[in-house]
Amino acid sequence: MPDAPLSQPAFLTLSGISKRYAGVRALEGVDFACERGKIHAVLGENGAGKSTLIKIIAGVVQPDTGAMRLDGRDVSFATPSAANAAGVVCIFQELSLMPDLSVADNISIASPPRRFGLIDARAQRRRAEELLAVIGCEDVNPLMRVRDLPLSRRQVVEIAKALGKKPQLLILDEATSALTSADVEKVYAMLARLKAEGVAILYISHRMHEVEALADRASVFRNGRHIETFDKGRRSTADIVQLMIGRDIATQYPPKPARGSPKPVLAVDNLSWDKSLDCISLSVGAGEIVGLGGLDGQGQKSLLLALFGVLRGVSGQVTVEGREVRPGSPAAAKSVGIALVPEDRKTEGLMLPMSIADNLVIASLDAISTGPLVDRVRENDAIKRAIARLQIKIGAPGDAVATLSGGNQQKVVLAKWLMTDPRIILLNDPTRGIDVGTKQELYRLMRELADQGAAILFYSTDYDELIGCCDRVAIMYDGRIVRELEGDELNETNIIASALNIDAAAPDSPGAAHA
Amino acid sequence: MLDDVAIRVRQNIGIVTAVLLFSILYLLYNLSHPKGFSSAVLVQNGDEIFALAMLAMAQTVPVLASGLDLSVGAVMTMVGCFASYLLTGVGAPLHLDIFGLHLGLGTFPGGMGGILLGIVICLATGALAGFVNGCVVVYGRIQPIIATLATGAIYIGIALFLRPTPGGKIDEDLNWALTNSLGDFAQTIHIFDDGAAPWFAPVAWIPVPFVLLVLIALLVWVPFRRSVIGRAVYAVGSAEGAAYMSGLPIDRAKIAAFTLAGFFAGCGGLFLAIQTSSGNADIPQAGAYTLNSIASVVIGGTSLLGGTGSAIGSIFGAMVLRVISFFFRIFDIAPLLQPLFEGLILLAAVSIGALGVLRVKNTLELFR
Repeated sequence: MPDAPLSQPAFLTLSGISKRYAGVRALEGVDFACERGKIHAVLGENGAGKSTLIKIIAGVVQPDTGAMRLDGRDVSFATPSAANAAGVVCIFQELSLMPDLSVADNISIASPPRRFGLIDARAQRRRAEELLAVIGCEDVNPLMRVRDLPLSRRQVVEIAKALGKKPQLLILDEATSALTSADVEKVYAMLARLKAEGVAILYISHRMHEVEALADRASVFRNGRHIETFDKGRRSTADIVQLMIGRDIATQYPPKPARGSPKPVLAVDNLSWDKSLDCISLSVGAGEIVGLGGLDGQGQKSLLLALFGVLRGVSGQVTVEGREVRPGSPAAAKSVGIALVPEDRKTEGLMLPMSIADNLVIASLDAISTGPLVDRVRENDAIKRAIARLQIKIGAPGDAVATLSGGNQQKVVLAKWLMTDPRIILLNDPTRGIDVGTKQELYRLMRELADQGAAILFYSTDYDELIGCCDRVAIMYDGRIVRELEGDELNETNIIASALNIDAAAPDSPGAAHA
Repeated sequence: MLDDVAIRVRQNIGIVTAVLLFSILYLLYNLSHPKGFSSAVLVQNGDEIFALAMLAMAQTVPVLASGLDLSVGAVMTMVGCFASYLLTGVGAPLHLDIFGLHLGLGTFPGGMGGILLGIVICLATGALAGFVNGCVVVYGRIQPIIATLATGAIYIGIALFLRPTPGGKIDEDLNWALTNSLGDFAQTIHIFDDGAAPWFAPVAWIPVPFVLLVLIALLVWVPFRRSVIGRAVYAVGSAEGAAYMSGLPIDRAKIAAFTLAGFFAGCGGLFLAIQTSSGNADIPQAGAYTLNSIASVVIGGTSLLGGTGSAIGSIFGAMVLRVISFFFRIFDIAPLLQPLFEGLILLAAVSIGALGVLRVKNTLELFR
């Protein structure tokens, strides 16, 4: 379907933009335009290329090919400050604030008001107060250090900082995700004012009702491609979900066994932590693979960390095989039979400069030691078995683990934990950045472990993978489990709809679009 | 507005603690000293504090940008050795004997003009040494701790080359004028009726080193802190990625931090040479000053992780360290026990700053 025409000359035009990261396609031949005085939503699931798109517009990364025109002139931004100078200002998801500086310092960091060549603290403070008043958040004291503010207030400061740069094109990347609902209203009002002043606004949000309420136009991205752009009200929510899913190349998954009703190994009851986990209840049975789905950052990672004893101040109950446990550290979690393959294998999963052999045995030294000494014979034996079992492709066990490919590194992390004979295996997006072949090996291994009686809790950002691997999938939204899907219900439409916390039924059921 | 004051106090709790600690300790010291609260005691203390206070300020700046400078003691020593040649007050021919060559460098002027020129050269040398440190760190992409370990050894090498054995004779008037009270200063350089002017009497008792310290803090540190580049130094130490994303000149900020450190260390070296009237490439002393400068920074409430703190706090940190050693003198504690007590006090002061760890909710954050 052709894109809806613009009603006025475009303010920003991208043509033929492509970008690859280490051979992986992030954006492919993207054409995109947005105009002044409009709020333009950018939609797409995890990894669709939205972040890369805005990073290119904001000068954080450079495209491999393609051209960008702003207000009729060809532009290319080498740095974020070059983009700022041209009036392109981005409010990033990861905050760009300096925690030890005050609110006023942060807001004026790029070009502070000066007097006699020195920063004029009083003028700077007034400026901060004015900008905060524009958003309606006068309660933030400009003298406060950003470190001492709660996340929702930091986001307000981030928005004030962006406003201070007098944007012509304002990009909000999930900028409201941490705001309280009262603040969201104020931000809406501010966006409406900016829109009336003729500012072009790009709005990235996973909250569909926000997009519906705000956006004049919307563009859908999928797998690094621009799929379609349409005006407000031309597409139903169900249509949009369908556009976001598209069609995917099927991957081979091991067959799922017929399901009985297994005895729960891990049972979680009313688990809460800080602001990111809200009364989570969940159980994983012996031989079960339970998926954790939903959009990035809805509390899935915190849940895994909480179970692994990393978080302090967790409330609620966790039982392992009927016995209540309260692990206070990863070491304690390990001793009750919990293993975690962490989010970042390079910093949390492996000690990169150490050898493959050292990494493999590091979590199970007790099992191969006699008293305080490591038994070399048993160590070598265990290493050999682990390498054979996971078919890790290595030169020699003495090589640094950093020399392995990403997929084989991830196998080492997993093998390290398998050596501890865990009853519960927590996986934090283990297949990210791994080639397809190794992915399939990992899927097979997961099923094998489950068949041997392990309980597996598997967080993935890839919906296809959740559908293919898991017996059940719990979808998280805003720190809660909003839905558990299993059997026939476990399909992409349901996952995305639950992930967006909207009530879109399968698109083939008539009349569901307006539900 | 009471709110604002409360916020400022809370944010500067490290400095406030150091000031309070110093005030209490110094009061106790004067109370137990037989000649307490006299100008003579103040003058003596000022002389003993000044060089360490300068090195503490020097160390603060790279630490704020989250880098340690292990060369501050070496820069101090090197500048001191330069001073022992340039501040003699008598015109003298300078020459350089290197690799068997004899190079004449002309005659260095004597008198007041010569001394002022010598001071400028010494301070410029310190700043240059710091600038070199900054360039090695930024363009060599070497971690500050190891870069300055290496350059520090080079600066000590230059100092040893200049003064293989202690020596030199710094102008006596200069020594007298700068290491005593304001009254003595005025008398030596013949101003304010040789210091006898009636209006001058109320301030004549103030030790010159204290005046110098306040002047340097007000004329160098305060403007730096309020400059854009100074702000960038704090930003780099707080979150380098965010500083980059905000379009700040990161490389220039780091070079400026090390250059300013070199300048402060140079001030310390200059004063130490004037105070001892000679130049001495004393390696253990250089090392001790470097380590004490780090201790002063920490006691003064600056985080070794960077981003928060102030050179003013470090001055008080240095004074706390020095006052502790004053106590050893009056209470006649064996010198061999002094490091033990200094260590215990340092540990206690640093523990206060570590209390924040108890509030962390995600223990993974402790390792980031």
